[in-house]
Amino acid sequence: MKLVVVAGTPGSGKTSVLMHTIRSLKQAGMSPAVVKIDCLWTDDDKRFERLDIPVRIGLSRDMCPDHFAIYNTDEMLTWAREQDAGVLINETAGLCLRCAPYPDGCLAVCVIDVTTGPNTPLKVGPLLTTADVVVATKGDIVSQAEREVFRERVNEANPGCRIIEANGLSGQGASELAEVISETPDVGQELNLRHNAPLAICTLCTGETRVAKKHHMGVLRHIDGFTEYRGE
Amino acid sequence: MQDIHELTIICGIDKSGAKEDVEKIRICPGEIIGIVGPTGSGKSSLICDIEQLSQGDTPTRRKILINGKAPGRDIRTDPRKKRIAQLSQNMHFLADMTVEEFLRMHAKSRNRNSDTVEQVIDIANTLTGESIQPGHQLTILSGGQSRALMAADIAVISDSPIVLIDEIENAGIKKQEALKLLAAEGKIVLVVTHDPVLALMTKRRIVMRNGGVRQVITTSTGEMNVCSELVKLDNYMMSLRDTIRQGGLVEQAVVV
Repeated sequence: MKLVVVAGTPGSGKTSVLMHTIRSLKQAGMSPAVVKIDCLWTDDDKRFERLDIPVRIGLSRDMCPDHFAIYNTDEMLTWAREQDAGVLINETAGLCLRCAPYPDGCLAVCVIDVTTGPNTPLKVGPLLTTADVVVATKGDIVSQAEREVFRERVNEANPGCRIIEANGLSGQGASELAEVISETPDVGQELNLRHNAPLAICTLCTGETRVAKKHHMGVLRHIDGFTEYRGE
Repeated sequence: MQDIHELTIICGIDKSGAKEDVEKIRICPGEIIGIVGPTGSGKSSLICDIEQLSQGDTPTRRKILINGKAPGRDIRTDPRKKRIAQLSQNMHFLADMTVEEFLRMHAKSRNRNSDTVEQVIDIANTLTGESIQPGHQLTILSGGQSRALMAADIAVISDSPIVLIDEIENAGIKKQEALKLLAAEGKIVLVVTHDPVLALMTKRRIVMRNGGVRQVITTSTGEMNVCSELVKLDNYMMSLRDTIRQGGLVEQAVVV
């Protein structure tokens, strides 16, 4: 079975692009299953169910959605195998841009919205720099020159990636993404992350709400970059 | 990529899913083709299909061939190899950069020398009223300035054998000059237009309705004569427009 991890900024069109891509995969005779990870609420399962494929959602609630997705990768793979899926597509919530929830051996897809401007590829970090495929959406809203400048910036941030220009409304780019998915090798046994998850081992992680510095312990980084451990 | 000696549009389906009335359109270098039709009839979608070199993968199911063959993926996606320039209706820049930075970046993406930047700005300033400066933020440019800059960019940085132009008459820039600049000799040019002067300046025009190509009309000699009369009228209108723009009076204007 293949594993595809799709990440991207909120509202970039991940689900819309995937809807079209799944149709193309089905036409090509593959059997995709989808796990959608979100934080608080989603009705994307209803959208995916219309495609008549196995769908599961996971809500991370007050946990980091990327940590949640990573902890649950094994369970997701087991579930997808039980569904006789040929490819598991894991759509993440991807919010904070500090990490990238991509294990090696998966096809890592980063969806990014062209209208956010050509500096965005430099801001997105490992979500984009460790991706295999960068899907640039909403290009129909800007000029050709702006699309090309955006593309150049993506190339600078991630020189080896494949860039697909896609449109979640018309379905442009979906067949190309489906083709890349079908060429992806099956996922291995021992998965390792391509990039470490964000640093977050402190009192805030366990529910501290008081702001003053004296209440915080753990691995803390100051605004000047100094990192210290405070605690026992 | 080899020289382009033919662009072929293999038609697909209209908005109702019915086959388009024309099966295939062949266009050769040196031809200017108009695209006409009511708003919403699919004119912009047609040039978007050409820009993307669609291969049946858009809602129109059209296929675009170059020299009779489906172009490879590199040619479809890599701007360094792409041979198509498009002036779209999207006039507003969203990029938070200066004019100079943006043009430099675009020149790089098209494998052009950054000397071209100054040239683009100079040409753009011949098309627009208030001049554009290299240090201007893109986001503060007016619609007309943005359009002039894009037209000049296409003439210099994106200089390509296939040029697609979407409603240049709406930009408040000098449309005939802009068309002359973009439609250099030996290029394949497609112009979406509602303007009778521009429509009749083309050799053939594609008529769109309900998302589909309905027919292709060759401009007749009679129409060419109408066109030259219209050009006179249009130039007159333009001179009046300029006078009014500059704060002048037009009381002495004659009605033709």
